[in-house]
Amino acid sequence: MELRINQKTYQVDADADTPLLWVIRDDLGMTGTKYGCGLAQCGACSVLVDGNVVRSCVTPVAGVVGREVTTIEAIEADDVGKRVVATWVDLQVAQCGYCQSGQVMAATALLKHTPRPSDAQIEAAMINLCRCGTYNAIYAAVHELAGKGDA
Amino acid sequence: MMNVRIDPALQPSALALTDPVNLSRRRFLTGTAVGALVLGFGLPLGSTRVQAAAAATAERGTQVPAFLEIRPDNRVRLLCPFMEGGQGTFTAMAQIIGEELDADPATFLVEAAPPGEAYVVMENGMRITGGSMSVRMSYPVMRRLGALARAMLLEAGAQALNVPVSELTTEPGKVVHASSGRSLDYGALAERAMSLPVPDPASVPLRDPSQFRWIGKPVKRLDAYDKSTGKALYSIDLKVDGMLHAAVQHAPRLGMTVANLRNEDQVKAMKGVHSVHRLDGAVAVVAERWWHAKRAVEAVQVDWQEPTADSKVRPMPADFSSDAHFKRLAAEKGPARDDENEGDVAASLANAKLRVDATYHNQYLNHGQLEPPSALARFNPDGSLEVWLPNQAPDMFRADIAKRTGLDTSQITLHSPLLGGFFGRHFLYDSANPYPQAIALAKAVGRPVKLIWTREEEFLRDVLRPVAAVNFRAALDNDGWPLAIEAISATEGPTEALAGKQGDKLDPTALEGLSGKSYAIPNKRIAQIYVKGPAMLGYWRSVGNSLNDFFYESFLDELADKGGKDPFELRLYLLRDNARLTTLLQAVGELSGGWKRGPFTAGDGTKRARGVAMASPFGTQTAVIAEVSIENGQVKVHDIWQAIDPGSIVNPAIVEAQVNGAVALGLSQTLVEESVWMDGKPRARNFDLYPILPPARMARVHVRVVESGEKMGGVGEPPLPAVAPAVANAVAALMGQRVRSLPMSRHTFT
Repeated sequence: MELRINQKTYQVDADADTPLLWVIRDDLGMTGTKYGCGLAQCGACSVLVDGNVVRSCVTPVAGVVGREVTTIEAIEADDVGKRVVATWVDLQVAQCGYCQSGQVMAATALLKHTPRPSDAQIEAAMINLCRCGTYNAIYAAVHELAGKGDA
Repeated sequence: MMNVRIDPALQPSALALTDPVNLSRRRFLTGTAVGALVLGFGLPLGSTRVQAAAAATAERGTQVPAFLEIRPDNRVRLLCPFMEGGQGTFTAMAQIIGEELDADPATFLVEAAPPGEAYVVMENGMRITGGSMSVRMSYPVMRRLGALARAMLLEAGAQALNVPVSELTTEPGKVVHASSGRSLDYGALAERAMSLPVPDPASVPLRDPSQFRWIGKPVKRLDAYDKSTGKALYSIDLKVDGMLHAAVQHAPRLGMTVANLRNEDQVKAMKGVHSVHRLDGAVAVVAERWWHAKRAVEAVQVDWQEPTADSKVRPMPADFSSDAHFKRLAAEKGPARDDENEGDVAASLANAKLRVDATYHNQYLNHGQLEPPSALARFNPDGSLEVWLPNQAPDMFRADIAKRTGLDTSQITLHSPLLGGFFGRHFLYDSANPYPQAIALAKAVGRPVKLIWTREEEFLRDVLRPVAAVNFRAALDNDGWPLAIEAISATEGPTEALAGKQGDKLDPTALEGLSGKSYAIPNKRIAQIYVKGPAMLGYWRSVGNSLNDFFYESFLDELADKGGKDPFELRLYLLRDNARLTTLLQAVGELSGGWKRGPFTAGDGTKRARGVAMASPFGTQTAVIAEVSIENGQVKVHDIWQAIDPGSIVNPAIVEAQVNGAVALGLSQTLVEESVWMDGKPRARNFDLYPILPPARMARVHVRVVESGEKMGGVGEPPLPAVAPAVANAVAALMGQRVRSLPMSRHTFT
């Protein structure tokens, strides 16, 4: 089947119900998107499909044919994504880093849809798990990206 | 390579050449000019100079070329003795070494060093990444390493410029001859420098701490960008040419073995399947893609047989229940072995007018690091073996691999990629690591194999945080102050569990947090009843303190209540002769705006209260205040204020991040987290039924670092233990309800 990922076209030979995550990681060799639970619980596998954040570990690959998939590998090609990454670095969000690809994707999706999210919108969107406990740093980073700064 | 006696540890070049194809290190290699002046390449590594430096304490960390490679572009590659798993040790080591080397930490590329004696740099003679030891146990040695390298660069500069070394100085990244205005970059001097003898360690001066530029400053983490863009590579991401993927299905209970595969032929015929394998207590499928391996192995119908008497692992009985185990522990009568026994506890208890008795217990926990375990194994044509795997102790893992395979350690190359979280998960735990399986599969199929455990297999085989039931008895004097305390813990410590028996001495990781308290209570007895359980146990962030400080500090509040004392005032009273802890307790009080217990009504109309607790883990002192309310019948933690005194620190920003992280894990075990076992099996095999703290339940965290100047303590684990009791004490103040077991999601608050 033909996939559009990060503005490129790929031909992949995968069963229709293969999770997008494993096509991205094993067939296409892009390992920035992480496997954490396989049950859409943790969000480490978050990617964008037509600009919406989805959990690729439970997304059948056939479901994204004809859609535009964006992974962490191309996040800086997006203006919003680039700002998100810069803020993530500036505020030193990451610890082990394993969940952060998914966190950056979730933040990017939020800010693309809602450039000035309310606190409640931030809390509703930023639900990925982080075992290192970077939640406050994530919140501060999204808050800053939302133009709220420390005010 | 050059010399059969070479320790692979001393061959950074050899490591780089055998990297997995997608390792980012390769990028740096290709950026290195051919024939360039790369330190560590082509050195006489088997020479007596290098070999002799290995063992003696005074000589630790002096094999400069084994650690440092300064590239023509002035970048400093450090092979770090410690694993990076989020705690920031790569950055801290770059700060410490860079300070003395006179090289900006931002110019460092840091990777985990391979096994080898050269990298045993800790003052306790070990090399592990754990026990919050990395910085505090190696700080002077790593400073000296940087200073030795700087001295070698100065000497090389003197030769190159043909001037006396005494006329030279350094600026970051270069040797400077001030009188002639000449300078040479480190990168240009590196080859010459690293071929020089390492100077006498006693001869190199260290920088005056008042002149530090990087130590003690919030230097930016070196890995922040790669970890924000998916470029950071973990074990699970690695790939080598010709690699196959594997997945396993473990026996439902440890110790059971494969009797029969009922549908092996059908599974072999499934799409993508390369082969089906019977392993010790598991079935594996090898496939061209991991998804195919996973699907196929889950389809295997296995007849498992019960463990035999000669089982090499700790067998899990079919009737094991964690709740029943807690009851058994609480009812244990002994005999108990004393760890601390001062004064006359028995007489004090017998004669006291005011007595407080209580029984506490805690819960099993999984590590829940977000990166599921994996291992990549490759046998090379010469019979040597390479393994890539997450670990906190590379020498122990290599020795174990040697034992399992019969290979000599010189034939085993161990790679230690970044850890996607660890929290104690990646020590050497028999039956809880995938590498023996990966190695067996690679051997069987004759190709490299990467094995990934699913989250479900991980939660089935993860080692658990230990549990204890503690029976407390205490006596108060006529003024209501604590006169005697007795804590008898029925438990099995993690070290005892790994050994399979109690040792000649008590397992300090069983009682830490009950023992070692600084409170001036004249009569005290801390003892353990050793109760061997069926569950495989391991180390979990802050280890024994993670449970014992919950017990002790909660019970101390019970004493305060019984004696009519405010718990903050009680602690100040009991610490009246301890200036360091008095200062720390007052610091957290100030940080919170002044101690107030409550209950009180907050600005949003909610009724709230605060609790206080302290802990002394891993050479560091901590004090925590928590503010809570009840929301929809559950405990909501609004704020955590934490004062932490690790003596002195290297990076305040990383310390603050570690406090945040430890608070999150502390709240997780306090509020929601528990591995429940029924019928010999864990109820939860994934995060759906094993909740870990979600963002919505994180508290605001306020940190004050107090640098008392006392001996340096740890940072990664110490901020955790006081969180649970501070929350429990706040809940007691708010609700009048004493929580004596965790998690709080098991309790009802109305």
